[in-house]
Amino acid sequence: MASNRDWTWFYRLGSPRWFYETTGRWLPWLWTLTLLLLTTGLVWGLGYAPQDAKQGNSFRIIYLHVPVSFLALAGYYLMAIAGAIGLIWKMKLSYMVMKSAAPIGAALTFLALFTGAVWGKPTWGTYWVWDARITSMLILLFLYLGVLALQYAFHSQESGNKASAILALVGTVNIPIIYKSVDWWYTLHQPATIKLTSAPSMHIDMFQPLLMMIIALYCFYALALILFTRAEILQRERKAAWVCELALQADKDSAGEAEE
Amino acid sequence: MSNIGFTAYLKRDLLLSYRRLGEAASPLMFFLLVSILIPLGVSPDPERLAELAPGMMWVMALLATLLSTEGLFATDHQDGSLEQMLIAPQLLALPVLGKVTAHWLVTGLPLTMVSPLIGLMLSLPPVAMVPMMASLAVGTACLSLIGAVGAALTVSLRKGGLLLSILVIPLYIPVIIFGSAAVQTAVDGFNWLGPLAILAAMLCAAIALCPLAIAGALRLVSSN
Repeated sequence: MASNRDWTWFYRLGSPRWFYETTGRWLPWLWTLTLLLLTTGLVWGLGYAPQDAKQGNSFRIIYLHVPVSFLALAGYYLMAIAGAIGLIWKMKLSYMVMKSAAPIGAALTFLALFTGAVWGKPTWGTYWVWDARITSMLILLFLYLGVLALQYAFHSQESGNKASAILALVGTVNIPIIYKSVDWWYTLHQPATIKLTSAPSMHIDMFQPLLMMIIALYCFYALALILFTRAEILQRERKAAWVCELALQADKDSAGEAEE
Repeated sequence: MSNIGFTAYLKRDLLLSYRRLGEAASPLMFFLLVSILIPLGVSPDPERLAELAPGMMWVMALLATLLSTEGLFATDHQDGSLEQMLIAPQLLALPVLGKVTAHWLVTGLPLTMVSPLIGLMLSLPPVAMVPMMASLAVGTACLSLIGAVGAALTVSLRKGGLLLSILVIPLYIPVIIFGSAAVQTAVDGFNWLGPLAILAAMLCAAIALCPLAIAGALRLVSSN
């Protein structure tokens, strides 16, 4: 019976201290993996992938633009789901993850818009056009900023958490609109090249570095999220004994180094 | 119907607005005055005005609705009747829907009624008058509902007004896109019922879902 099983492993997932200590062990590996994948992907894509027939070399910004856009969308879902988990199960760790996801997502969305503008100038002739996908990505940026602003607006952390979670959930409707906007509207932005169920419509030599960059960006997102969440944990749990011990230990370490 | 609270709160809010007719009329006054700024600030040339009129009227209506959404729950929060709403035995979503309906009847509907007059002043092509009224009627209802979600989230903040705008305008953008598309399509001579149907679909979704979001937000954040 389910009640006889040991659910400690599940409840432990909600402990900020467990998260802090476990991710501390993961960080060196994550750093190595992310840097490795990012450098390989960028060098491969920017340097060695074949030139495009129509766009020449300016298409290479795809190796930044597409992965970053993917992550901006995925990050929003992560933020909204973290908010939902926090609202339903009242897990404070989930709220911390949601709060950490907001600035990362906002930065990624801005980067997506910026790289898109830079790409648009030589290919479309303009930095900006008010088509469906670009406009809805702009909405996404403001949604991220709104979630962040709401966190800081409240005196009580609880209210701020809950309000941000509700806003994040309300804005979730925007993501399918962004994703499908190139299919639903006649738009300047090109339709989806990477499809879930059929082969991609770009050449395999161009596609492989793109895939690597996408995976690299996912690792980067995980790294950034973990780093931001760890900082958030330390800040919110600053009165807990384990954090005070950590701080004292760090003080002793640096005092020891200074003495030497 | 009598004990779910919808009509009770609808009547209550209408009565309260009636007692403060000056306050209730200010979104309308804003809409009228700001519409005067366009010909004065941009160009009084009728042809240029006709090009701008559909979009500008929609933007003005959106801003007028946005300004009035601030006060939706604020007065109730200040005098404690919001808490009475929260502890009442009714499902919170329905009294909330009553309040938002009253808000629309007092702001959105007068805006819609006055829009032909403004359209005349801004040289809106006559073919676009009925689409303008229809899109405004449906669209301002959407705007009231979506704005109420933002108002509920920021009800306990002191400087909530600006934050409300930041939160709510991204959610308003689809409404204004389809609203002004309906009018623009009519001006261009095509069938404007398409965008209007999408607006109406948005309204249906908003009526179904926004009261739940508003009720959830009110319960969670009414203590700062």
